[in-house]
Amino acid sequence: MATKSDKPVTGNLAAEAAASNRFVAWIDERFPLTELWEEHVSKYYAPKNFNFWYFFGSLALLVLVIQIVSGIFLTMNYKPAGDLAFDSVEYIMRDVEWGWLIRYIHSTGASAFFVVVYLHMFRGLLYGSYQTPRELVWIFGMLIYLVLMAEAFMGYLLPWGQMSYWGAQVIINLFGAIPFVGEELAIWIRGDYNVSEVTLNRFFALHVIALPLVLVFLVIFHIMALHQVGSNNPDGVEIKKQKDENGIPLDGIPFHPYYTVKDIVGAVVFLIFFSAVIFFAPDFFGLFLEAPNFEPANPLVTPEHIAPVWYFTPFYAILRAVPSMAGSAFPGVAAMGLAIFLLFLLPWIDRGKVRSIRYRGLGYKIALMLFAVSFVVLGYLGIQQPTPVKTLIARICTIYYFGYFVFLWAYTAFGWEKTKPVPERVTK
Amino acid sequence: MRKILLTLLLLAAPVAALAADGVPLMKAHVDVTDIPSLQRGAKLFVNYCAGCHSAKYMRFNRIAADLQLPEDLVEQYLIFTGAKIGDTMTTVMSPQDAERWFGVAPPDLSLTARRRGADWVYTYLNSFYRDDSRPVGVNNLIFPDVGMPHVLWELQGMPMPVYGENSGPEGGLRVVGVRVPENGGRLSEREYREATRDLTNFLVYMSEPIKAYRQSLGVKVLVFLLVLLVLTVLLKREYWKDVH
Repeated sequence: MATKSDKPVTGNLAAEAAASNRFVAWIDERFPLTELWEEHVSKYYAPKNFNFWYFFGSLALLVLVIQIVSGIFLTMNYKPAGDLAFDSVEYIMRDVEWGWLIRYIHSTGASAFFVVVYLHMFRGLLYGSYQTPRELVWIFGMLIYLVLMAEAFMGYLLPWGQMSYWGAQVIINLFGAIPFVGEELAIWIRGDYNVSEVTLNRFFALHVIALPLVLVFLVIFHIMALHQVGSNNPDGVEIKKQKDENGIPLDGIPFHPYYTVKDIVGAVVFLIFFSAVIFFAPDFFGLFLEAPNFEPANPLVTPEHIAPVWYFTPFYAILRAVPSMAGSAFPGVAAMGLAIFLLFLLPWIDRGKVRSIRYRGLGYKIALMLFAVSFVVLGYLGIQQPTPVKTLIARICTIYYFGYFVFLWAYTAFGWEKTKPVPERVTK
Repeated sequence: MRKILLTLLLLAAPVAALAADGVPLMKAHVDVTDIPSLQRGAKLFVNYCAGCHSAKYMRFNRIAADLQLPEDLVEQYLIFTGAKIGDTMTTVMSPQDAERWFGVAPPDLSLTARRRGADWVYTYLNSFYRDDSRPVGVNNLIFPDVGMPHVLWELQGMPMPVYGENSGPEGGLRVVGVRVPENGGRLSEREYREATRDLTNFLVYMSEPIKAYRQSLGVKVLVFLLVLLVLTVLLKREYWKDVH
């Protein structure tokens, strides 16, 4: 924090510290710098028992910054035009200094974002972090997830490869299945009767400015809401209930320096995995960069197998699992929408008396594991070509997915859950 | 937690590569750090492929730098079109002519190896066979009714089809493999495979010229991060000493 003066160091540290304090005081009179720093960092007391699962919040923030910075550099050379987009991406890969690295960082970052966010959300389920009083933390988080999906979907169109084009075509056509307004809605989104340069241009605008802006604000609200109520922890114990004589939670430690130094370790471990993918498997076996996307978009040739990128496939599998009715795919589309919408309602569906899975009933533990397994299996099936057996498995998993919410509500609302006693203080 | 990570890893397992009609792909075993192989592949490419196919994202001077060839040698032996050293590898055949002659314009080959995979390209080059019913007299095992002639026939000779039972409901015979004639071409069967491996290697290189450097840089990055990890863990432990 100290400001270096031009004068040679005389060894008079006290004078320098005083100068630095005067500088901070000058700012504090005009901007609440120290106040913000203390409220959100140096005097934000977080429970001392965070485990592995608590790395993914700060990692999500790190990936957001990585995506914004790499995205800025990509826009310097990318051209959002139907006849130039694909070439400009190859230009970045071959002729722009370090362009290949920036592009791989951005493409890997998109997938990393979802890995981190899915693990972060699962942490919320494990430890009941969405329960009262953290409903708004969860709602803001879900909004972030929703915007992130839109952001990723629109970004995926930009390289203008075959999979970009046809993936967008298929997903936008889903909106067409909505009764009465569907067709008009799909045309409104595309700005055309088919995915075209018009669509590419608007997706570019939304991807590089509109949605990132919304995302950044939502992240700020997410963190502000969290700091208003305080962090949950693996025991689900409210640390604010046990305070010392200075009003500091007995089980709380200041976020800085304790969690800043701990999260730096998490960030380095993340960067090791991240770099391993970027430098040794940037396609990640066709999951992060799909082979058909190395062929320019061709509206006249449909690829034999169209699948969305892996992070959308659980919902895509639900869509395919639900049979169409009266020739309309709307039931599947509605199920897909409902699958996401139900997550928003989780704080009110779960009436459980304890938060953490450590003290919850056996029924909850089994239900949550089945939910997680069905989500992963659905994700796998969404990538595969449908076969009768796979469709059957997808239907079973879809029932498990929705069954989780129904079970959770009944299990907690009717008092069937037998919980274990929750300790007063956090455990080791 | 370990179970979840394991599941994620298993999810990422690549799907077995099978071409059309379930013909298993041959393994190319290419290596983009093998510079002599890439040089031989480049020579084959300009002599046999570049007459019809472009590689419009690939610059000659990039090839010179990456394949450790002096630029004047590249100009002398790799450029036949009057292109400048900084130009990309375009072809002189017009798409209109190509379509009239072959029924379809030959695709650009810059990214073919990434689109189809190295094994596919290698298998394709080894799967031509004589088929008099086709306009150019050849067919391909993994690319049925391909419009391209077997341009490497003078090296390989003209392979004959091998027939087998059709497992499908329609029955009858179908081509299940190719037989390379003895002394049919300038190269032996083994030499031809080596040559097509070099050519495949060059196509893989062209699809991502940075690949070799990317991997060598990756090792350094990971070593740096591992050292950084040790330091950050020590820092964390030092701070956390007073948390009880």
